Amino acid sequence: MSDQTLFSIFFSAMIVNNFTLALFLGLCPFMGVSARVETAIRMGLANIFVLVLTSLSAWVLNTYILVNAPYLRIISFIIVIASLVQIVEMVIKKVSPVLFKQLGIYLPLITTNCAIFGLAIFQTNRSYDFLQGLTFAVGAGLGLTLALVLMASIRETSELSDIPAIAKGTGLTLIIAGSLSLAFMGFAGLL
Amino acid sequence: MNDKSSADTLVVTPPGAEPASQEPVEKNVSTFRLVATLAVAGILAGMLIAMVNEHTKPIIDAYRAEQLRIAVYEVLPGAARYTTFYLVDGELNPTLPDGAKEVEYKRVYVGFNEEGGPVGVAVSRGESGFQDVVMIILGFDPVGGKLTGMKVLESKETPGLGDKIFKDKAFVDQFFAGPELPLVSVKAGSGKGEPNEIDSITGATISSKTVTRIINNAVAEWMPLLQQGIPEDEQP
Amino acid sequence: MPRETTPAQDLIRGIWEENPVLIQMLGLCPALAVTNTVKNALAMSAATFFVICCSSVLVSSCKRFIPREVRISAYILVIATFVTLADMMLQAYAPVQHKELGAFIALIVVNCMILGRQEAFSSKNTVLRSLLDAIGTGIGFTIALLMLGGFREILGIGTFFDIPLFGSNFEPWVVFVLPAGGFLTLGFIILGMGYFEERKKAGNAA
Repeated sequence: MSDQTLFSIFFSAMIVNNFTLALFLGLCPFMGVSARVETAIRMGLANIFVLVLTSLSAWVLNTYILVNAPYLRIISFIIVIASLVQIVEMVIKKVSPVLFKQLGIYLPLITTNCAIFGLAIFQTNRSYDFLQGLTFAVGAGLGLTLALVLMASIRETSELSDIPAIAKGTGLTLIIAGSLSLAFMGFAGLL
Repeated sequence: MNDKSSADTLVVTPPGAEPASQEPVEKNVSTFRLVATLAVAGILAGMLIAMVNEHTKPIIDAYRAEQLRIAVYEVLPGAARYTTFYLVDGELNPTLPDGAKEVEYKRVYVGFNEEGGPVGVAVSRGESGFQDVVMIILGFDPVGGKLTGMKVLESKETPGLGDKIFKDKAFVDQFFAGPELPLVSVKAGSGKGEPNEIDSITGATISSKTVTRIINNAVAEWMPLLQQGIPEDEQP
Repeated sequence: MPRETTPAQDLIRGIWEENPVLIQMLGLCPALAVTNTVKNALAMSAATFFVICCSSVLVSSCKRFIPREVRISAYILVIATFVTLADMMLQAYAPVQHKELGAFIALIVVNCMILGRQEAFSSKNTVLRSLLDAIGTGIGFTIALLMLGGFREILGIGTFFDIPLFGSNFEPWVVFVLPAGGFLTLGFIILGMGYFEERKKAGNAA
């Protein structure tokens, strides 16, 4: 297990080393998020859910199954994650069609989301135990949601302003992301 | 992006497992063939990886062991050899319980000089730095309460600034000058000359403070266990 | 079914016209995370190049055996295998670089660019063409990463591949080697490209 305290893991993943703005994980949904805060929140929540499940699965895999074959880690992780998301999608569809309608399209996007796989790998590299891994997942998910919501709200506001044609789209999004990342650097000394 | 735009439902099955039969795919291809294909692919992949692993694992393990060896000797100057003690159930033990996995146990490396006298102990610890986790190994003398050395094992600190914690000789040398524990990080030039002060790197205060913080936390953790003095070596 | 493009076009297309990072905006996670120095950018490009070429060749050779329904899983399995191999070999033969890149080597597995090429090209074309396509995409990726890494290292530290370029009076713009710099650099590059596109269009229209 790692020497970091639970609080430090949580706070670091969410704010100080924000999963998206500092570690660059989860950029696909981040760049493509629509300019609607509501959508961003839902996307973020879906991610948190999958992140927690992934953390659990990764811990189980690492502790019980991969012990004698650590080299199969990458393959098993990705297979488990892909299957997990499929199953989650089907379960949600059956259990709550309303929820599925709201979240549904995001779930397949989550499968090859760097954040999910990245979480499993980081958790393993840092030797987090069960509780530390969960804390990490929640912190990372909240950090990702935070970044998504901030980006969406900025875009929402900027839709009303006059942007030069060449800047519309990705170029501007990246600059905004850069500014957000800079802003979050202000938290660096907190831990 | 996962291309799920196809009209068919994608059956994602871990190789060798039973097919998840939520929504069976009935086309011209039987479920058995789907599972079999993936299973065969999985087995072939596993075999290929295992083969390469046979080849690379010894190299990787040897390198790691060598790096550790070098690091321990670096932070325990004067040591001619060292013994590894594992923390098993709150006690220091030179051997692991039967069938235990080495990675699960914290350990301390006790260095001995040529005459067999103890020169200090070394432990490694990692905590959050400015960017990601910083892992260092430190050597200290629990009896005298002084640091004997420090080496940064892993760091993703900012290139050009934070990475000075291992690239800046003046900074690193401070940890080998026998400062008293616990350390206090001070701004370069504004220290009072106390024996436990470490001058931080200008422009990389956080990375510098991380190093002293890790050292202090590690010492705080291990001191109580070493109160009785450095564990005796089994060898004469 | 064979495409109407020539083999040469398959090769060149990925380098600029359909550059995976700069035009298609795929594979951003590694592109931004490990480009704070040119050395890291090169190491990541090399690893990705290896994975995409091997994967494309293997997928193309086995395309007849992969049922359509499970093709994505099959591609992922292939890619994951090569990523594991790349990770192991890097760890054994270039341990310092491996430590620098850390978790991001494993993250090559979720690089949308590689999966995209299998789905769009390798599964439908001959081995040779798939290889050319992979090489082209790999080169495009490398160019994009080198551009990013170059900007960030030159402005952020004042060196290129650890070789100091400016005198000791140069005050590096540290922000460029920080995460924020990754976003900003790519943003500026895209803006720059957009600007030149606009000028070209205006020039053609005139």
